[in-house]
Amino acid sequence: MTGSLWRLMLRALTSPSGRLGAVIIALLTLFVFVAPWLLPDPSAMPDLMAGAVPPGAGHPFGTDQLNRDVLSRVVSGGQISLSVAGLAVLLAVTLGALVGGLAGFYGGWLDSALMRMVDGALAIPRLFLLLLLVAVWEQMPLGALVLVLGATGWFATSRIVRGEVLRLREAEFVLAATALGAGPGRIILRHLLPNVAGPILVAATLGVGDVILLEAGLSYLGIGVRPPTPSWGGMILDARPLLTTAPWTSIFPGLAIATTVLAVNLLGDALRGALDPRSA
Amino acid sequence: MSTPLLEVRDLVKHYKATGFLARKSPPVRAVDGVSFTVGKGETLGLVGESGCGKSTVGRTILRLQDATAGSVAFEGKDFFALQAAALRQARQRLQIIFQDPYSSLNPRMTIGDAIAEGMEIHRLAPRGEIPARVARLLEEVGLDPDYSTRYPHEFSGGQRQRIGIARALAVEPAFIVCDEPVSALDVSVQAQVLNLLADLQARRGISYLFIAHDLAVVRQIAHRVAVMYLGRIVETGPTEDVLARPAHPYTKALLSAVPVPDPNTQRLRIVLPGDPPSPSNPPSGCAFHPRCPHPAKDARCTTERPLLHQIGAAQVACHHAGTAP
Repeated sequence: MTGSLWRLMLRALTSPSGRLGAVIIALLTLFVFVAPWLLPDPSAMPDLMAGAVPPGAGHPFGTDQLNRDVLSRVVSGGQISLSVAGLAVLLAVTLGALVGGLAGFYGGWLDSALMRMVDGALAIPRLFLLLLLVAVWEQMPLGALVLVLGATGWFATSRIVRGEVLRLREAEFVLAATALGAGPGRIILRHLLPNVAGPILVAATLGVGDVILLEAGLSYLGIGVRPPTPSWGGMILDARPLLTTAPWTSIFPGLAIATTVLAVNLLGDALRGALDPRSA
Repeated sequence: MSTPLLEVRDLVKHYKATGFLARKSPPVRAVDGVSFTVGKGETLGLVGESGCGKSTVGRTILRLQDATAGSVAFEGKDFFALQAAALRQARQRLQIIFQDPYSSLNPRMTIGDAIAEGMEIHRLAPRGEIPARVARLLEEVGLDPDYSTRYPHEFSGGQRQRIGIARALAVEPAFIVCDEPVSALDVSVQAQVLNLLADLQARRGISYLFIAHDLAVVRQIAHRVAVMYLGRIVETGPTEDVLARPAHPYTKALLSAVPVPDPNTQRLRIVLPGDPPSPSNPPSGCAFHPRCPHPAKDARCTTERPLLHQIGAAQVACHHAGTAP
């Protein structure tokens, strides 16, 4: 990546909230992907008779009704939730950049067609769209969930990218590239999109928070990540009957969701502020 | 006379309001029938005030915008008839240098990559040779070859303009549109860039269409000059003749606005009344008549459009050119 994107990130880190968000994200990611080596083996046979044990020695977050260690499950659920969110956003942003780039660069009927499609898609609540897709496709594998979350997440990004591309299309360096004989592919990929990298990064960061919440919601409804694969939303679903008797089984995955989304949004807002100081 | 390098005939560019809710309004006649030629190794200066359509001429010739009508022949071949692939190939021979040294370079590309891009597109050199060629080009335009890994924001306006020139030169063009290449620069830097352009012309035999609003700049670099007013050429001829003995009242007014270094020189300053008329609703007859200070101005000026006709060494579009004053 180029220097100016790096400078944008450094500038976002000058704000206290951006710094806080970045630190939490870094710690969470580190924790979720490193902790499995330090924690009790989650696949170790639990003592099914013991039931839900409150937090204490040996199980800092307690255990669930099947006596599985909650901390271990929060950690491996985090691996799933963060990977799903990261990959889905990567897909969404790529699609959004390409569609927005094409619409903005070519204009005319292609632009109208793509943007009316986006208008239509944005008029349908995303959760509804997802429920529809998931209802049609039962027993969706994890990869497909990523695909579906990505495919429903690019609309807003494509609008941002289209607007920026429209603005840049008449820039003299783009005309110079045309005059040199550059084709549309080269102009979009080498001249237009790199100059929209900042807004795309902001959209992506904020998108990660959205997708974590969506995935948690879907899993809570029992149609996202399927058991026995742990996920934060799925853990809260499992913990529902224990809400009054063993609240730790839902509090810790809930806290994990809230902390992650908060951190991601803090960083996203800081990035947006760094990109355009007037909007901060 | 042999075929000129570039021949522009009756070039027209009208902008129409488009869109779903656009009202039917008359088109903006940015360029309204412009013809000229540029010979090999020659510089034609195209002058006029802001909004007269001179930049549009440069951009439509290169097909950076589509012309409404007219034709351009380059090296005897119809440039406007080329299809997409052939056009991209032909673009190698015709380049452009822009006015704004800030928006004319991609901020995310090193200047080495920017200069190399044209060579890559047209496969002018094997990959391994490109860095050496970039270095030579940087030297040719008076920059340190080590700069190639830097980004545009590290350079001054004059340096950026040199980078833009190197980028155009990289594909070895025969013709370059210089779209006000020095008007954003300090006067001292202007002279350096103009000298560079003149040197390159002497060395490589490149032709320029030099667009400017400053006659002093055109005097330095152009062999011939064409003066535009409201989308049309009103006077054209060899630079010395037109600047020494302007025949069109508009040219006279433009010339009287050029600053003179000697504060004691007494001279007549012709101040034109009013603003240039809207190109979407040009005046009848001679488009210049509402602002024309010529004493012989008469009814014919308001009804009949004057055509370019020979007066001395120049061609002038004025019914009363040649009559005093």
